[in-house]
Amino acid sequence: MKLKDIIGGISRSESVKDVYISLFSILLALIIGAFLIFLIGSSPLQAFTVMLDGAFGSVSNIANTLTKTIPLIFTGLAVAVAFRCGLFNIGAEGQLYLGAFFSVLTALKFSFLPAFLLLPVAILGGIISGMIWGGIPGFLKAQFGTHEVVVTVMMNYIGINITSYLVNYPFKAEGWVAQTDIIPTAAILPKLIPKTQLSAGLIVAVIAALAVYFLLWKTDIGYEIRAVGENQTTAESGGINIKKNISLAMAISGGLAALAGVTQSLGVYERFIDGFSPGYGFTGIAVAVLGRNHPLGVILTALLFGALETGALKMDRVTEVSNDLVIVIQGLVILFVAAPEIIRSILKRRESQ
Amino acid sequence: MEIFNVLNFDLIPLTLRLAVPIALAAIGGTLSERSGIINIGLEGMMLTGAFGAVYGSFLTGSPWFGVIFACLAGLIIGSIHAVLTIKYKANQVVTGVGINILAMGFTTTMIKVIWGKEGMSDEVNNLSDVSIPILKEIPLIDWLFTDQSPLTYFMLIVVILSWYTLFKTNLGLNLRAIGDHPRAARISGINVTKYRYTCVMLSGLLAGLGGAFLSLVQNSLFVQNMTAGRGYMALAANIFGGWNPLGSFVASLIFSFAQAIRFNMIGYNIPDQFIQSLPYILTLAVLVGAGRKTRAPEALGEIDE
Repeated sequence: MKLKDIIGGISRSESVKDVYISLFSILLALIIGAFLIFLIGSSPLQAFTVMLDGAFGSVSNIANTLTKTIPLIFTGLAVAVAFRCGLFNIGAEGQLYLGAFFSVLTALKFSFLPAFLLLPVAILGGIISGMIWGGIPGFLKAQFGTHEVVVTVMMNYIGINITSYLVNYPFKAEGWVAQTDIIPTAAILPKLIPKTQLSAGLIVAVIAALAVYFLLWKTDIGYEIRAVGENQTTAESGGINIKKNISLAMAISGGLAALAGVTQSLGVYERFIDGFSPGYGFTGIAVAVLGRNHPLGVILTALLFGALETGALKMDRVTEVSNDLVIVIQGLVILFVAAPEIIRSILKRRESQ
Repeated sequence: MEIFNVLNFDLIPLTLRLAVPIALAAIGGTLSERSGIINIGLEGMMLTGAFGAVYGSFLTGSPWFGVIFACLAGLIIGSIHAVLTIKYKANQVVTGVGINILAMGFTTTMIKVIWGKEGMSDEVNNLSDVSIPILKEIPLIDWLFTDQSPLTYFMLIVVILSWYTLFKTNLGLNLRAIGDHPRAARISGINVTKYRYTCVMLSGLLAGLGGAFLSLVQNSLFVQNMTAGRGYMALAANIFGGWNPLGSFVASLIFSFAQAIRFNMIGYNIPDQFIQSLPYILTLAVLVGAGRKTRAPEALGEIDE
């Protein structure tokens, strides 16, 4: 398979430029991050070395990095699929909460199923709830022209509150913590490396990325979704049903986002916990934008962010620098990728010198 | 008479108090979006303002300097949004999300740098309430002039002033033209860019002040992520209120009434989560109900040229 095929239908020089912009954004954000560490009075070199060691220094560190990568792959893919259809899914956060809760509920309520069926059914339960929660803003956009950004923002909070209600009242386990009962063993995603948190969710994530690639670039459905994203008028005159594709893309996006919550709940916590997500849905936007809305880019960016976050925990312990500094770096990366003109003007200045 | 337990008269002042930060940020959102720039970053702008306020009060010992710091912090982060979206034509939604994440990371990091603590700052001098002589003696409206924060009065002035400017002056006429038909506005000689910069920076300032209310009036310290979604609620209030400062204010009152009533409802079986969702459900209902007739600025999110 040629590079051109891997990066999808776009012309090669365009996408190479895009990759440059992403890489430069990361570099620029890291430089500013280093400068901030310097201002705080610590050594940037030491901080980054510790971070690298914390992310990749041992088998268990790598396992932790990959564990943090999994939900970001899903939310990144979710945002990317919607983007490809010209839609902005800010609602991955709410969708992943719904997915997490309903996969756990399915696992608890269907525990009578044969062991080999329980896990797939639980995952499916989560995906369907996410597809519904993501599909609603898609449907509203298609039918009434309601802006999906606003609707998904509203539905985030509604979704998070619904799951919070469910886990605080009807499905609360005994005790102080707002969490459900532990799920049956058959519904737990198996661990890839024993004694770590790394679960088979990673495999599900890679399969999902491959599936998204296949769907978008190798099927008629994907072709239609991308056609709507590129130019609605052209797509419509080509006989493509805009409304159907908008609803469909948002539903797929919601299903993918749900998997972020499903794999966390079935793979890491083995139950649903109120408010478990530190904002995977929002970071997913960064992952998608930085990864140029391509599954391969999403995987690489999710890995980068996972490594940053895992490494930062060690940096927090060893140095004076708070692990929240990586959130600053993530924020900066998003701002730079959002404004490719900045990077272009820097590159241009360098060329003319 | 159970109803009187729920609807006692403390409810009105409490509602107003809770509405201040949301209304300030919501009107910020109204200004920004009337100029055509989507502002999802209100949450981060509020958070930065809340942090700046506490830092200013901590440095100088004066909460009023805290308020000034909050304004400056809001202006700075507003300028970032403005420069990226107007000069560099960045995607407005992505930039807003970036600002929220940046603000969250930056303020939390700085807590540790400045106070050497995790998650919250030291206590600082907060902004005390004032009572206005004579006016506080008037029956029925005495509560409005007794033990109110100066920022509450400021918010009320902002509501009236921004509504008047937007709908009764040439400035406002121009701004509304920019939001609906930027190209036509430009051709007719309006300096669209200048309006946009002003509005987005003002939205940062107002959201920052809203944050200052949270950290210096409702509290006297900064807590990690203390805005807890109020910026998004402000965004909802702006939409619910039809991109109108008065509407934003009324929407903020409705949302905070729901919050206020919660304090009187302990013992009644209405889950907090329902009350928390109410602003978003109401806004969603209005959006779907209005459908294509929504009063959003027509060219919202589109940077022409």
